[in-house]
Amino acid sequence: PALGLFLFTIARDPLRIIILIAGAFFWLVSLLLSSLIWFIAVKASDSQDEPLQKGLLIFGIMFSVLLQEAFRFLYYKLLRKAIEGLVALSEDSCSPISIQQTAYVAGMGFGLMSGAFSMINLLADALGPGTVGIHGDSQLYFLTSAFMTMVLIFLHTFWGILFFHGCEHRRWWEITAVIIMHLAVSGSTFCNPLYMGSLVPSYLLMATAATWAYLLSGGSAQNLRRFLLCKS
Amino acid sequence: MITFMNNSDSEEEPCNERTSLMSAESPPVPSYQDGLQTAEAGEAQAHRKRRTGSSRSPNNIADGDMSDSGVPVRESALENEEEELTLKYGAKHVIMLFVPVTLCMIVVVATIKSVRFYTEKNGQLIYTPFSEDTPSVGQRLLNSVLNTIIMISVIVVMTVFLVVLYKYRCYKFIHGWLILSSLMLLFLFTYIYLGEVLKTYNVAMDYPTLFLVIWNFGAVGMICIHWKGPLQLQQAYLIMISALMALVFIKYLPEWSAWVILGAISIYDLMAVLCPKGPLRMLVETAQERNEPIFPALIYSSAMMWTVGMAKPDTAARGGASQQTWDAAEDGRENHRSPLHADSQMSETRSPGPTRPITSFEELEEEERGVKLGLGDFIFYSVLVGKAAATASGDWNTTLACFVAILIGLCLTLLLLAVFKKALPALPISITFGLVFYFSTDNLVRPFMDTLASHQLYI
Repeated sequence: PALGLFLFTIARDPLRIIILIAGAFFWLVSLLLSSLIWFIAVKASDSQDEPLQKGLLIFGIMFSVLLQEAFRFLYYKLLRKAIEGLVALSEDSCSPISIQQTAYVAGMGFGLMSGAFSMINLLADALGPGTVGIHGDSQLYFLTSAFMTMVLIFLHTFWGILFFHGCEHRRWWEITAVIIMHLAVSGSTFCNPLYMGSLVPSYLLMATAATWAYLLSGGSAQNLRRFLLCKS
Repeated sequence: MITFMNNSDSEEEPCNERTSLMSAESPPVPSYQDGLQTAEAGEAQAHRKRRTGSSRSPNNIADGDMSDSGVPVRESALENEEEELTLKYGAKHVIMLFVPVTLCMIVVVATIKSVRFYTEKNGQLIYTPFSEDTPSVGQRLLNSVLNTIIMISVIVVMTVFLVVLYKYRCYKFIHGWLILSSLMLLFLFTYIYLGEVLKTYNVAMDYPTLFLVIWNFGAVGMICIHWKGPLQLQQAYLIMISALMALVFIKYLPEWSAWVILGAISIYDLMAVLCPKGPLRMLVETAQERNEPIFPALIYSSAMMWTVGMAKPDTAARGGASQQTWDAAEDGRENHRSPLHADSQMSETRSPGPTRPITSFEELEEEERGVKLGLGDFIFYSVLVGKAAATASGDWNTTLACFVAILIGLCLTLLLLAVFKKALPALPISITFGLVFYFSTDNLVRPFMDTLASHQLYI
């Protein structure tokens, strides 16, 4: 689905592609820094101690989430400057791309990159022979991974919209809500492989974020109804 | 290198695309950038005039040619507009370069992942005589540094040789060299490549069929690249030979040498293009003096110039000869030329220079100017990504990270091009990002992601 979104909405406009790739880049940098921290922590600690390792992992994940949001903020600042520059330069003093589209594309960038990193090794391994869950792990590993990745990509997209909107209108509570949601989703994955605990809340959160973003972007129940009923 | 290209083709240039290949034996010439700044300013000026003026004068080319002399006067007046044009259409050009670079990388990565041949070590090029199979780390490092020095010096020598030839107008020699190298590339390397791919997929192929296929492929390629041909076919051929060359490099360069060479080449690129005495810069300036398009530098052009009577529009951007589509066509006005010398495989795609002035009011000469990127840059980007795919144990994550890093580097370079408006080296920024991301992803991110994936945790 994310790929479909990409093809239909982003591939047309070159500016959006650039913003997408830059978004992916920012996510990548945040991942890099967070893994650096985790790596240092692991190396500095005792590698035989299981609970400690788990604790470090959790710490690494939380830190990574915070760092991702920080980078989203940085990216927002950069995009603001860039759009202002573009507006100043364009002849009819109207921005070639609205801030909401930018938010959407940036969120997509983040999401795609995180999804790709989560899924792609899995997919490569999935091509080869083997049985899922042979060592007593869940047999639904691939399926749940796929769903989780998808929900994460969508979530990143929606968070992008919410985050940028919050930054635009200086509503700090929106930003903190995004951060809390992200932490919650990551935290819920700790319950894996008890999939009930992670997938369901994630999907619920995604539905919430989706409606919120939709309302923020100017949609409303009437719009939706008109669209669905194909009225002009 | 990436440069702006102006319509500075001289009168005798044929109005069509022309590409020529450099000989395969010649080492890659570092990318150089060509800054046809003045011509470009005049060109952009002419464009702008066309754009804003109510009477659209079709004499773009004529204007461009004439404006070369009057450039300083007009340049100051329209500098702002030019910048505006530059930045506004910059995104489109970036994409026009993203696509071929991405395609090339995809081809290389796909081949590396599937065909075993290119990851086996079957010897080394004579350019890298020192082996890396030594027991100690220090020795290996030393060998790779020595390899790099030899390779870079070969490249420098060949570049200087090329510049000297160009200066003394030995065009025949250069053309012969290019044709020879393109011959070798198109036939020999394609034969090896096809052979290996067929072996991998266990497809039987008899010799006559193979001969026919390769003959057709090679002949069409030669025609397309050296003579006229549809733009997209030409682009496809250039991408293919870049990929082939990159594969050869990936196979035959030993591990550490490859990384050190990549780093050294980007430094060399930087110096060769920006230093006043750098060979590439001299090449560019000589070409500028003679008012010729940058010589058959193996460059990839994303667009072509054509006159109304000639080719049909390929894309919507190149509209017809109607005034309504004028603005649409204006998108391609900016001509970024980025000659990047690639290693021995360099193809030059030169936009045909519109030569005859069109006097009729209705016939508009449309110039689609695109960005030009040297083939060497393609090759080195693909080498980086291919090496990442071949040797990284983190597999796809590392490859993906390098890919994104290179694209961002390309973006930044194009941005700088828009700001500086001179030929710029396209290698340093991208390669630096790529190298940084490769090493950091391989060593830092991979354990992190592996641990996350094994517990199925998501960040």
